[in-house]
Amino acid sequence: MRIVCPLCGERDSREFSYKGAALALAYPSEEAGFEAWDDYLHNRDNPAGPTRELWYHGSGCTSWLVVTRNTTTHEILSVELAEDAPESRQEASA
Amino acid sequence: MRFSALRVLKEGLTGNKGWTPHWRDPAPKPEYDAIIIGGGGHGLSTAYYLAKNHGMTNIAVLEKGYLGGGNVGRNTTIVRANYMMEGNSQFYSHSLKLWEGLEQDLNYNAMMSQRGIINLVHSDGQRDAFIRRGNMMHAQGDTDAEFLFPEQLKKKLPYLNHDNIRFPIYGGLYHKRGGTARHDAVAWGYARGADQRGVDLIQNCEVTGIDIVDGVVKGVQTTRGAIKAKKVGMVVAGRSGQLAALAGMRLPIESHVLQAFVTEGLKPVMDNVVTFGMGHMYISQSDKGGLVFGGDLDFYASYAQRGNLPTKEHVMEAAMCLMPQIGKARVLRSWGGIMDMSPDGSFIMDKTHIDGLFLNTGWCYGGFKAVPASGYCMAHLMATGQSHEITARHRLNRFETGRGLMDEEATGSQHNLH
Repeated sequence: MRIVCPLCGERDSREFSYKGAALALAYPSEEAGFEAWDDYLHNRDNPAGPTRELWYHGSGCTSWLVVTRNTTTHEILSVELAEDAPESRQEASA
Repeated sequence: MRFSALRVLKEGLTGNKGWTPHWRDPAPKPEYDAIIIGGGGHGLSTAYYLAKNHGMTNIAVLEKGYLGGGNVGRNTTIVRANYMMEGNSQFYSHSLKLWEGLEQDLNYNAMMSQRGIINLVHSDGQRDAFIRRGNMMHAQGDTDAEFLFPEQLKKKLPYLNHDNIRFPIYGGLYHKRGGTARHDAVAWGYARGADQRGVDLIQNCEVTGIDIVDGVVKGVQTTRGAIKAKKVGMVVAGRSGQLAALAGMRLPIESHVLQAFVTEGLKPVMDNVVTFGMGHMYISQSDKGGLVFGGDLDFYASYAQRGNLPTKEHVMEAAMCLMPQIGKARVLRSWGGIMDMSPDGSFIMDKTHIDGLFLNTGWCYGGFKAVPASGYCMAHLMATGQSHEITARHRLNRFETGRGLMDEEATGSQHNLH
């Protein structure tokens, strides 16, 4: 896999590390309660197909990225800075 | 048909005309007492023990592809019971005991080979940790753990690079009863054993819906029609997320790819299974002569059943570091399996909030050695509605409070840490 970093261009996947589903950006409010936090921390849609996930460009610009990637083919469909991703502006639905 | 040496001799002398299929190929009936979704190692062993231990024979295993076509046919065939945590250690100990009696029980040659597993250590701290692990194995009742010191290992494993400047070998924990088994034969043996007890093994039958009325499971929809059942077990490893979604559930599972490799067949060089934990690599030699080895996950979510080159490179580098002569062997094949990774690295075997719907998942990269005990305990759970005592800790809700986590490696309870 090669990932096109919005700041650095196309780079080898070894420069990046994988964090997990991009829902990590959309965390519940402090008042949301047990169930919402458990769901946010542990449960995953785990789709076979396109998914949005967080990657960290540790050996490059150190940006957090949201990568849209197909888990059945490893095809990378789009890459954006995490700060621009819609997930970072929304709260997880409880 | 029973297998025996006499039978092999007789068939050999009479043109091998008397062999028959190992199991029937039945059409699904409209209703069963229980359905197991997933015809892999765990699903087939669940069916076998439901029939054998609990007398439930009006049951079916539904498999979307062919029997044993998933992870039970895509692993590195290692069987071991060198766990430490209360719960895990009892479970894997029980599994190894079942492995030891498996071939007689199933009347099937699973090529179980207790060639011993040696976990190498490369530092004082790692040596202490593995001696502790060995002591824990003794305390649990598996008295086959023995620590081997460098001079013993040099005699036993002369082919290793013992004096590598970065990873000098300080010793190894020898688990004598561990070893390997023929992966496909395990699935086939359980399939045949279940079939002989009346279990319907239904292939090319994908579950497309789970029928639930007022919180009670009623049956499943499949590509071969609707099938009713009061009890349904979901035993589909890496595909657990999609199957559970049919029941409206989200699981604490992320599916990852784990790669493995085999070289061309070579003359016997390795007697044991050797693990090189610091290099994230392990290796053994199959009965055909191929060196079978693997490493870590690729560390991203995947259903592709194949991995990427950086992990291949890492594993090859580790192999060259451990035993440089492997560089002369050619890699014949590589493959990937889809691992159902749980947040704490241990499996989940539990009832769900839906009456009659049971869950077996989260085996991470250690499902093969668990095949016998997983089926044994899953059958107990499905037949009685209660967890078997050795899987009582492997609950679905343990992540919610953090109480009772089964974090064997003590790395935490979040995805992407195991």
